[in-house]
Amino acid sequence: MAQRRLVRSVATAAAALAALAAVSGCSSSGSGSAAPSASTSASSAAAASFPVTVTPSNGKVTVKARPQHIVSLSPTATEDLYAVGAGKQVVAVDSTSDYPKGAPVTSLSGLTPNVEAIVKYSPDLVVASQDSGGLVAGLQKLGVPVMIEPAAATLDDAYAQIEQIGQATGHATEATATVAGMKSQIAATVKQVGAAHADLGYYWELSANPYYSATSKTFVGQVVSLFGLKNIADKADKASDGGYPQLSAEYVVSAQPQLIFLTDNGASDGGQTPAVVAARPGWSGIPAVKKDQVVGLDDDIASRWGPRLPQLVAEIAQAVEKAPTK
Amino acid sequence: MKAPVEGTTEASADGTAEGTGGRGRVRRRTVRAYGLAVAFLVAAVLVGAMAGAADLNPLATAAALLDRLPFVHLPGGLSPLDRAVLFQIRLPRVVLAALVGGALSLSGAGYQGVFRNPLVDSSLLGASAGAGLGATLAIVAMGGVNAQTLPVAAFVGSLAGVACAYLAGASGGPGTSTLLLAGLAVSMFLTAVQTYVLQRSTQDIQQVYSWLLGSLSAATWHQSVQILPYLAVSTAVVLLHGRHLDVLSVGDEEARSLGLRPARIRLAVVAGCALAAASAVAVSGLIGFVGLVVPHAVRRLAGTSYRLVLPLSLLFGAGFLVLADTLARTVVAPAELPIGVVTALVGSPAFVWILRSTRAVRT
Repeated sequence: MAQRRLVRSVATAAAALAALAAVSGCSSSGSGSAAPSASTSASSAAAASFPVTVTPSNGKVTVKARPQHIVSLSPTATEDLYAVGAGKQVVAVDSTSDYPKGAPVTSLSGLTPNVEAIVKYSPDLVVASQDSGGLVAGLQKLGVPVMIEPAAATLDDAYAQIEQIGQATGHATEATATVAGMKSQIAATVKQVGAAHADLGYYWELSANPYYSATSKTFVGQVVSLFGLKNIADKADKASDGGYPQLSAEYVVSAQPQLIFLTDNGASDGGQTPAVVAARPGWSGIPAVKKDQVVGLDDDIASRWGPRLPQLVAEIAQAVEKAPTK
Repeated sequence: MKAPVEGTTEASADGTAEGTGGRGRVRRRTVRAYGLAVAFLVAAVLVGAMAGAADLNPLATAAALLDRLPFVHLPGGLSPLDRAVLFQIRLPRVVLAALVGGALSLSGAGYQGVFRNPLVDSSLLGASAGAGLGATLAIVAMGGVNAQTLPVAAFVGSLAGVACAYLAGASGGPGTSTLLLAGLAVSMFLTAVQTYVLQRSTQDIQQVYSWLLGSLSAATWHQSVQILPYLAVSTAVVLLHGRHLDVLSVGDEEARSLGLRPARIRLAVVAGCALAAASAVAVSGLIGFVGLVVPHAVRRLAGTSYRLVLPLSLLFGAGFLVLADTLARTVVAPAELPIGVVTALVGSPAFVWILRSTRAVRT
């Protein structure tokens, strides 16, 4: 009796699995036919390369077949996925993935991920920037490959992540091209600005009250260093291993930076516009304030390490070019 | 222990030599305590004004400060930039730290008196939880920190938290334990709502936590001016009730027999303490430890009478937070430490030392 019931339930499960496979097969061929222009050449070239093994920060991850239901829990990963041409394979992105427009934004959270909510999208690849709330362990139990692509420490890290995401989604060639394009754009911008403004002091503001900054050690610090600028937060380096020290207002004023970059100027990021900065008591004596060299950056671009990096470099370049030469 | 005290009181009423001696001793002790408190505060303010990340010349700084006194003219050697640093960034911060520290300590001492409980402080009765919820709602609703709305929201939230706790707990019969428990329940409820709101709006987490940790780093003269009226009123109300708290500490029955109305005194002191704490929280976020510890340290120095504990807590609390903030902005200069880290990290061992090196006194 018990045995027969077991057999029957196994049979039911097998039937269900078969049905599932049929459905997913249908949907994948459906999406393939719906978007032949984007995927024909790439998928035929990449078809041979699956299964593919990549090594993100959470160790070796094997993707068995070209993923068709990708869930991204990181705004940078979302931008990467679309930049390498895997946008059509993305079924859900987290609530903070606001670029590019048209990405399937859901209420999923990358900070406090809910494995059950993610599984509802029946993903065959999940990309996130951090393994919080047992995300990797939970999805591994269900056999879903997860790539953790954490905040890049260097520009090369950022490029490597884009290439890795390309490989895992069957867009290795496009990813290589994307990275090459970014590199050449950034190099051209840096070359155009030249070294005339090198050694100017700058202050990078992440938040006001308290004033948090980023040293040259950090990712954004390295980006600004491309122009040879000197970071006033470097003197506070010893106080913060992560490279994000809290600075005294009186130090910022007495360090006399010639350029101030604000990533907290957006209405939703603190509203610290150049006008607000100029009105801070005592700040009117800073050269950057006097000479109108306080620059509000797009916080989304400045806080991500994705394909829009050349735009960040261009925003910085524009300010550096306007700055007086020493 | 009680008998000799009563004896002294009677004797002093008779005007005998012994009584005058006892009264003189008390007066000397009072004068000494006040002198110490004022000296501590002045020293703290001077250290705070001289030290900082900007490396101002100490002599020139002292000259620039003296120059501000009436009838003193000292054209100091500070550059215009250094003057801006001193008078627009450093001094406002020192003054705000003094006001906030004084308010938190006075409020903590007042609550300890009302509730006859050594473990309570200025965050009591939903004050901190209410401020936290108010600040979180303001940050989420405005999509970020707004210098105009955030202090108002924290202020209103703090007072509303205390009001809820008071309404919920005051009708629970005589005594204070019902009120304390109601405050606990209200705090937990408000904190839960705050956490829920924050969970729904994860992009604001960093700003909300920055605020919750407390900070004086963007202090302005304007903030001090803003909270001064509220602090003046609340300080006056609380200080005027010092004698009443002394009577209450014996018991409600005794207070009633002397013609006092315990419930009314409690309401007045709680209102004053809540207003002081709310003003402090509005401009500095949640700075812990000060309101709990300073009154206890003061008792070790000056005895348990609230006529002394309250004003001395105000003075010592002001000096303590100025020193704590000076450490916060100089230890790792030009970087800073969160002020709450300093108040607890330096304050706790100092407090244990005070507890062990002085005789025990009853709260």
